[in-house]
Amino acid sequence: MSKGVWILAEQRNGVVLDVSFELLTRGLLLASKLGVPLTAVLFGSGIADKELNRLVERGADRVVFADAPELASFLPEPYTACLCSLIEREDPDIVLAAATTSGRTVMPCAAARLRAGLTADCTSLDIEEDTGLLLQTRPAAGGNIMATIKTPERRPQMATVRPHSERPAPVVPGRTGELIRWRPEPSLLSSRVRRISYKAFDEARTIQDADIVVAVGRGFKRGENVALASKLADVLGGAVGASREAVDRGWAPYSWQVGLSGKTVSPKLYIAVGVSGAVQHLAGMQTSETIVAINNDSEAPIFLYSELGLCGDLFELLPMLTEKLQARKG
Amino acid sequence: MKILVLIKQVPESQATRMDEKTGTLIREASSSVINPLDLHALECALLLKESLSESVEVTCLSMGPMAAERVLREALSMGADRGVLLSGREFAGSDTWCTGYALSLAAKKLGKFDLILCGERATDGETGQTGPAIATFLGLPAITFVSSIQRSGRCWQASRMMEDGYETVEVEGPALMCVLKEASVPRLPTLQGKREARGKTIEVLGASDIGASSDDVGLKASPTRVVKIFRPVHIKQCEKLSALDAEGAERAVDRLIELLVEMKLI
Repeated sequence: MSKGVWILAEQRNGVVLDVSFELLTRGLLLASKLGVPLTAVLFGSGIADKELNRLVERGADRVVFADAPELASFLPEPYTACLCSLIEREDPDIVLAAATTSGRTVMPCAAARLRAGLTADCTSLDIEEDTGLLLQTRPAAGGNIMATIKTPERRPQMATVRPHSERPAPVVPGRTGELIRWRPEPSLLSSRVRRISYKAFDEARTIQDADIVVAVGRGFKRGENVALASKLADVLGGAVGASREAVDRGWAPYSWQVGLSGKTVSPKLYIAVGVSGAVQHLAGMQTSETIVAINNDSEAPIFLYSELGLCGDLFELLPMLTEKLQARKG
Repeated sequence: MKILVLIKQVPESQATRMDEKTGTLIREASSSVINPLDLHALECALLLKESLSESVEVTCLSMGPMAAERVLREALSMGADRGVLLSGREFAGSDTWCTGYALSLAAKKLGKFDLILCGERATDGETGQTGPAIATFLGLPAITFVSSIQRSGRCWQASRMMEDGYETVEVEGPALMCVLKEASVPRLPTLQGKREARGKTIEVLGASDIGASSDDVGLKASPTRVVKIFRPVHIKQCEKLSALDAEGAERAVDRLIELLVEMKLI
């Protein structure tokens, strides 16, 4: 008998993050196929019912909120201990988390302790018809192959899900559900790791959260030219990303790097400018909803992965685009 | 002080070939290298060895086929003191749970470490799950996405890169850290290092040496199963516009703006 589908929601400074709502979309599909309830689990400190209810409005039948000052921000040990304690008590069938820096830490720690099957960074999830098992599909080897994985026997079936690979679940006004406030016992909250300080990135928007990413590559020729991409990103309300070549040449900070040794992004629109499309770069952005390439080499591989390609001089096209967009804004 | 660095042998090229019938990967042993992110972990260990006043022994541990001895030798030529290979048919087909468990048993066998380092993920499997799993099996805190490591008195201090910024964390006592590329710039092996590495012995451990049974490692013990491997279809029909002259450029830019409007992004 299945004990339901869980998603591990995330919050920052007491505000539920959008990745949680993306997980609800995934969870709703699986729970409806299995005919089981959907539970959202959230860790934090003193979050009001009104905020927790946002998870209900978007599809959770039940919210379990682990409430303790020690859980205010992510710490590997208390988050793992609390998640394991809840799972052991309630025995869910499926547990999903976002493939974020916290999700990709707490899930493998919990799976190790529970001897559960865990699949990383899935881009597609489904239920196998005849068995009811979770089918987890994920890219590997730099996006060159896709693998479908399942956990036949061990429970729960656990997966982290690539952020932005699914739309957030829409609000259903008036939707009701159960809010459960849980105060974990002190033994679950001890941590050898202490958080000392936090410094936000200088950029206004981070590339993993942006709807639009403008990526710079070797085609920019010099570091100061990157300003052309920043201006465009500003007008579009997007963020700037970079290929490894651009980062290695010192034109962009590492926090901008997209690809195998950098970040994985899935924005609505990815504009690759002067980026040739090396497999290592493609690995970090090919699940973007729409890709546009601007490159003066009409044979560049990036065009094979793009919906729209502009073959021309980026030093001419970028300022023209920025200017036209500014003019539209008025 | 003892530092353990975990190393994985991965295919050098991303252009993996696949047997479409069996759904398994074809890997040529000759083109294997140290997982690039593991080089950054090793470099962090070597920098600590050079900068700390106490003496530091750096051990590298890998699980893989006997051929993985080569990547351990490369680690020795960069400056690691000791290379240990965990190898055996029993381990074949291990998923991240079983790999983490096997490596944790091997680490226990090798003694107590003050710090265990690994790369944030491997370029082949790209799960990033084995490091945190090993930490859990060893009862150590897992500090992931580490962009710098410092020793401060009796504590390790690390900077973690999160989605929106960096946090600094501190831990007293041993910990396992998964490092990012940003954490260090790996050195190249020197000629002398290569010569010395050639003279060293890579210790080999098998399943019985670490007390691993087929209930705990290998394909059958693994919670997860790969049921299908396939090539993604991501070649798209690209609407390619020539923007080489002023007129073409304008048309192309207008088309992009049209797309932005269609997508309701502006």
